[in-house]
Amino acid sequence: MLQQLEGSRAVAETVARCRPEVVCAYPISPQTHIIEAIGAMVKDGRLAPCEFINVESEYAAMSVSIGASAAGARTYTATASQGLLFMIEAVYNAAGLGLPVVMTLANRAIGAPINIWNDHSDAMAVRDAGWIQLFAETNQEAADLHVQAFRLAEALSVPVMVCMDGFILTHAVEAVDLIDQAVVDSFLPPYEPRQVLDPDDPVSIGAMVGPEAFEEVRYLAHLRQLDALELIPSVAEEFAALTGRASGGLVHPYRLEDAETVIVAMGSVLGTIKDAVDARREAGERVGVLGVAAFRPFPVAAVSDALSGARRVIVVEKAFSLGMGGVLATDVATASPASGPDLATVVAGLGGRPITRRDVEGILERSARGTLPRLSFLNLDEDVVARERARMAASRRSGPFAENVLRDVAAGGAHR
Amino acid sequence: MERPFAITLPVGSSRANHTGSWRVERPVYVDRLPPCNDACPAGENIQRWLYHAESGDYETAWRTLVEENPLPAIMGRVCFHPCETACNRVRVDEAVGINAVERFLGDTAIARGWRLGEPGPDSGRRVLVVGAGPAGLSATYHLRRAGHAVTLVDGAARLGGMMRYGIPAYRLPRAVLDAEIERVLEMGVEVVTGRSVEDIAAARDEFAADAVFLAVGAQLGRRVSIPAGDSAKVIDAVTFLHQVADDDPPLLGRRVVVYGGGDTALDAARTARRLGATDATIVYRRNRAKMPAHAEEVEQALGEGVSVRWLSTIERFEGERLLIEKMALNAEGFPEPTGELEELDADALVLALGQDTDLSLLEGSEVHVADGVVPVGESMMTDVPGVFAGGDVAPSDRTATVAVGHGKRAAHGIDAYLAGRAFERPERHPLAAFERLNTWYYADAPRTHRPELERIRRQTNFEEVVGGLTEDNALFEARRCLSCGNCFECDNCFGVCPDNAVIKLGGADRYEIAYDYCKGCGICVAECPCGAIEMVPERI
Amino acid sequence: MTETRVHFYQVGSFAVGNRLLSDADRTVQASQERTNSLDAGHRACQGCGEALGARYALDAAMRATEGRLVAVNATGCLEVFSTPFPETSWRIAWLHSLFGNAPAVATGVAAAMRAKGRDDVRVVGQAGDGGTVDIGFGALSGMFERNDDVLFICYDNEGYMNTGVQRSAATPPTARTATSEARGPDPGNVFGQGKDLPRIAMAHDIPYVATATVADLHDLERKVERAMTFHGARYLHVLVPCPLGWGAASADTVRLARLAAESGFFPVFEAEHGVVTGVRRIRRRVGVEEYLRPQRRFAHLFAGEGRPDLVARLQALADANVERYGLAPEEE
Repeated sequence: MLQQLEGSRAVAETVARCRPEVVCAYPISPQTHIIEAIGAMVKDGRLAPCEFINVESEYAAMSVSIGASAAGARTYTATASQGLLFMIEAVYNAAGLGLPVVMTLANRAIGAPINIWNDHSDAMAVRDAGWIQLFAETNQEAADLHVQAFRLAEALSVPVMVCMDGFILTHAVEAVDLIDQAVVDSFLPPYEPRQVLDPDDPVSIGAMVGPEAFEEVRYLAHLRQLDALELIPSVAEEFAALTGRASGGLVHPYRLEDAETVIVAMGSVLGTIKDAVDARREAGERVGVLGVAAFRPFPVAAVSDALSGARRVIVVEKAFSLGMGGVLATDVATASPASGPDLATVVAGLGGRPITRRDVEGILERSARGTLPRLSFLNLDEDVVARERARMAASRRSGPFAENVLRDVAAGGAHR
Repeated sequence: MERPFAITLPVGSSRANHTGSWRVERPVYVDRLPPCNDACPAGENIQRWLYHAESGDYETAWRTLVEENPLPAIMGRVCFHPCETACNRVRVDEAVGINAVERFLGDTAIARGWRLGEPGPDSGRRVLVVGAGPAGLSATYHLRRAGHAVTLVDGAARLGGMMRYGIPAYRLPRAVLDAEIERVLEMGVEVVTGRSVEDIAAARDEFAADAVFLAVGAQLGRRVSIPAGDSAKVIDAVTFLHQVADDDPPLLGRRVVVYGGGDTALDAARTARRLGATDATIVYRRNRAKMPAHAEEVEQALGEGVSVRWLSTIERFEGERLLIEKMALNAEGFPEPTGELEELDADALVLALGQDTDLSLLEGSEVHVADGVVPVGESMMTDVPGVFAGGDVAPSDRTATVAVGHGKRAAHGIDAYLAGRAFERPERHPLAAFERLNTWYYADAPRTHRPELERIRRQTNFEEVVGGLTEDNALFEARRCLSCGNCFECDNCFGVCPDNAVIKLGGADRYEIAYDYCKGCGICVAECPCGAIEMVPERI
Repeated sequence: MTETRVHFYQVGSFAVGNRLLSDADRTVQASQERTNSLDAGHRACQGCGEALGARYALDAAMRATEGRLVAVNATGCLEVFSTPFPETSWRIAWLHSLFGNAPAVATGVAAAMRAKGRDDVRVVGQAGDGGTVDIGFGALSGMFERNDDVLFICYDNEGYMNTGVQRSAATPPTARTATSEARGPDPGNVFGQGKDLPRIAMAHDIPYVATATVADLHDLERKVERAMTFHGARYLHVLVPCPLGWGAASADTVRLARLAAESGFFPVFEAEHGVVTGVRRIRRRVGVEEYLRPQRRFAHLFAGEGRPDLVARLQALADANVERYGLAPEEE
C-alpha cells in the first residue's frame, strides 16, 4: 500500500521491520529524522527487543555497533558527512572484523567549509574501508535496500552502507510502499553470526596480524566483496519476486538499447537524468543511462557489459578527488569495455547545488557537439574563481578563499 | 565455531609459545635452615613441628618433635629456648613462643597417652648408658630406635638426673618428668638404679656392652673456702636441692642467704622461700646485667620476694651474721673489692657457685680427662673407641637441652661405630636470614604469654609456677611462626607470577616452576614471605 | 591474661593463599581452578604488572560472574602481547577493536546481551592508561554518563609503554619518558598535569569507582566482586608497575605497587554513587623517596646533588592524598 512518507520515515519503518536488536547513533543532519523515528519506536515498545543508544559521538556510534554485532546482535546505525569521517577508524574496523553492521549514510558534503547539503564526498571517503556501498535512487529503493542490506551483510559477514542523498531523499515526501513485516520475516532469517562473543564458547576476536598473514587477510576480505557481486543481484531478484519491485542489484540500465551516449551516475540524480534522456530520446538521440546501484563492490563486469555499445560515456558524479578528478569515473574507466568509448566526467551537485534536467540536457548537447571536456564542473562560476586566483597571486595574505568566494557571490559575483 | 582466518583465535593457544627461552635466571625452591632450628641444642626441627601445630594437627606436630627430642613436656618447661632468642620474628614484633607450644604439645601427648614409636629391629648390640639424666635418656631413646639394646644405669634411686634432683618441682612437676621418662622406658630398656658405676671398663664387661655412653652429669656442688664458725650452717645448692627433691629438706631457718648468680642460685633461693624462709637473699659479686641466670628466672624470683645484694662478696659467716664486702666494676667491667664491709643476718648460707663432674669412674681407664671434663670428637666419642660421653661431662654449655642434643648425637655416633661406619653429621642448609624474608605478608601479632601462678600462691608451695597455653593460644602462637626459609604454602608464588609459570601441586606438595613459561622475572622470589625461593643463573 | 581471638597470623590477610583457610576465604588466585583468563605464553616483558593485574581482575570477575563474562580490550600492550596471530593468551570471550573505543564497544556488547535476554553475561572493558585517560576518555565518559552496564578497568602503568614509553595524562610529575626527557630546569613530566580519572569517574555519580594495586590482591579481588554486585557503569583503576617504562627491576613490580600505596602517592579507595565509602589505610608508611628511588624514570631527582625541591613537591602530593582520603595508619 502506497503511503506518502518522508524518506527518513520510510527508512526508519523499514529498518524497524528488520528487527534490529541494537540501534545506536549520534545526531547529524540530515540523518536525524531516521534515528529519531527509530528511537521513538523503541521508546514506545513498537520495536522490541531493541536497545536504542544515543551515544556521545559517531566514533562511539560505530564502536557500540561493533560491540553489539560481535556479541551477535543485529545492529544498525546511521550517519552522514563529518560523522562518517569522525567514525572512520571504526568503519574500517567493523569491516576488518567482518561484522555485519548496516548503516544508512545520508550523503552530505564534507567541510571545510561546513556544508550540510547533499553530495557524495562522504561515501567516497570510505570506499576502501571494506564495506558494501549501495546507492538508492528513490525513497522506495532506499527503504527496500535496507532489507536487502541486512540479508547481504549477515550472509557475507560484511558491513553494508546504504547511501541515500541527504535532504533530496531523506527529507522528501514521496509515495512509498512499505514492506510488510511478514515479507521481511520470510526474506530475512534471524541473524546467525559467523563468530560471536559467547562465554560458553570463548574466542579471541581482533588479533594482531603481522606481515606473515596480513596480505591474506586483506585478500580474503576482497574475495568476500567479489562474492557480494554474485549475491547482490540474486538477493535483489529474490526481493523482486516477493515484492514486485526492482530495488537494488548491481546496476540500473535505462534505455541503453542502441545508446551511443551513456550517462553513468549514482543516487537520486538518476531520476533527473532519466527525464533528460527521455527528452533527448524524443528528439531522436541515442542516449541512455546507467545507474550504479552497488558502488562497492564495484560491478566491473556489469558496467562493462552495459557500456559495450556506447561510443561516449559521461560520468556525472557528486564528488571528486582533488587533484585528480572523478572517483566513480575512475572506476568506470577501469570497467570500460575494450571498444574504448570516450569518457568524460562532469562533477556536479557539490554541496547541494541543484542539477536540473536542463543541466543534463546541456551536458548531452555539449557531448554531442564534442565540446564536453574530459573533466568539467557543472555550472562553475568561472569569474569567481578567476578573481580569487588573481587575489591569491597578488598577495600572500588574500584571506580565506571560501569567504572571499562567498563575498564575491553575495556581491553579485560575475555581474559586478 | 567457524573462526575467520587470523582475525579470531582459539583460546589459550599461546601455550604453544614457550617464553621460558627468554630467561637468564631461574627461580628454584629451596629449604633454608630456620634460625630456631639452627639454635636448638637438641637439633629439633622446630619450624616443621610448628607447621603441623598450625593446622591443629598436634599429634603429627608432636611426632615430628620427638623425632629429635623425646622429652618435649620437660623441655617445654626447663629449656632456656635459644630458639626464641634466634627467632627472626624478634625483628617484626616478638619471638614466637616456641617453648610454650612445645610444652603444650608435650602435655597434650601425656594427656592423650601418645606413645613413642616402636624400637628399631634388633641389632644384636648392647649399649651401656651411665647416667639417666637428659643426655642418658635421650641417648637411650635414639639407641632403641636404632635397634640397639640399652642398659641404663644410674646412681640415684630414681631416674632423671639433675632434672629430678636439680630442678625444683615448681619448675618441673614430677608427674611430667615421670611420664616422659616412662615413655622412653616403654621402648624396652634394662634399668639399674641406685648403682654407681665406679670403673667404666669393668662395667662395660659386666653388662656385655658393645659401647658405653657416659653421661653422669655435674652433680658436685663447687665449694669455696669461706671462714665460718662452727655454728654456721653452710650447704651447697646441689645437695640442698637434692635433699628437697628427696622430700628430706634440711632446716635452714627463716633467713637464708644464697651465694652465686646462676640459675641454681635462683632455684635455691626460691626453694628456700617455699620452705618457709621469710628472707631469701642472693649475694652476687657482679651486677644484674652480668648475672648468668636467665632473665625470666630472675624476674620470677624477684616477684616471689627474693632479694639480691648486687656487687657483693661474702667474707665471713659468723654466728648469725654474714660479713659482706662491696665490690665495684672496673673499666673492663670486672668487679674489684672496695674494702667497704656490710653485715647481713643469716641463719644459713647456700653456696651456688657452680658444679663439678664426678669422674672418678674413669680413674684407671684410658679415657682422657681435661679440666674436669671429657674431651670428645664430633660423634661424642672419647679417645677410647666405643666409649662416648655427653651432657655436663663433655665440654659444652650445661643445660638440659644441650644434654638432650648430646644424647642424640652420641646415639648416632654409637650407631655408626657399631656398624663400622664413619660418623657424618647431616648437612645443614644455609641459614634463613631475616634479610631474605618479605615480612610484609606477616601480620603484626604480639606473642601469647603463658599464665603465671599468682605470686602469693607460689611463695608457699611447689606447684608449677608457669602455666601452659590453652589450645587456642597454642594455635595462635604456632601461627605466628614465619616459617623462615621453608615453604608454608601461602600461594604467593602461585599468585604473583605474571606468566602463570608456577604450578600449585596441592595438598602438602607445594609448587613447581613451569620452566617452559617462566621468564625469570624474580617476582616470586621477591614476594616469597619466607625466602624459600632463590634465583640461580640459567645454564646456557 | 585476656583471651585473644585466633587469627591466621602467619599469612594474615596479605598473602595470596593460606592452607589454613577455607577455600571460600582464600583469593581466587590461590585456587588451582582459577580461570587463568590470561594464560601462559603471552609476550609481556618480564615482571609485567599489567599481565598480573589483568589476570587478577578478570579471574576475580570470572568467579564473581560464574564464568558469564565478556571482555573488551583497547589497543595497547595488553592487547599486543596477548594476541599476536596465531596465538592468543585469553581463555575468556574477548574482543579487541581499537585504541580509543573500548568503553563504547563494551557498551555495544552489553546492549546486545540485554537485547538477547542474556542479562547474566557481564561485560568488562579494559585499557591501559592511554586508552583510558587520553584517547578513550570521551568514549569512557559517555559510557559513564549513560550508566551502561560495563565494568571498565584501567591498568595504569603511567605512560605509553607499548609505543616506547611516552607521556600520558597519567604520567606523574617529574617522571622521565621519551616525550618528557629528564633535561633542563624542569626535568621529566610537568607538575600540574594529569587526569585523576577515579575522581572524574566519581563526578559522573556512577554506582562504583575504586582504585587498587597489584600489591594487594585481596583488596583488588574484593573490589572486582563488589563492582559486580552493581549494574550500571563501574570503574576500577589498577596501578600496574611497568619494569620497562619505569626503569625498575622486574622482580620489583609488586614491591613498587606496594610502596606507591604505602607512601600515599597512589591512594587506594572506593566510592559508591560519587561518595568515598572506604579507603585502604597505609600500614607501614614510607616517604615517597623510598618509592621513587628504585625507578630510573626518577633517577634525575637523586643524581648528583639531586632535586630535593622536586622530591618535596612529590611528597606534598602524597601528603595531600593521605589528607584527602584519610589514608594515615591507624596509630598515627
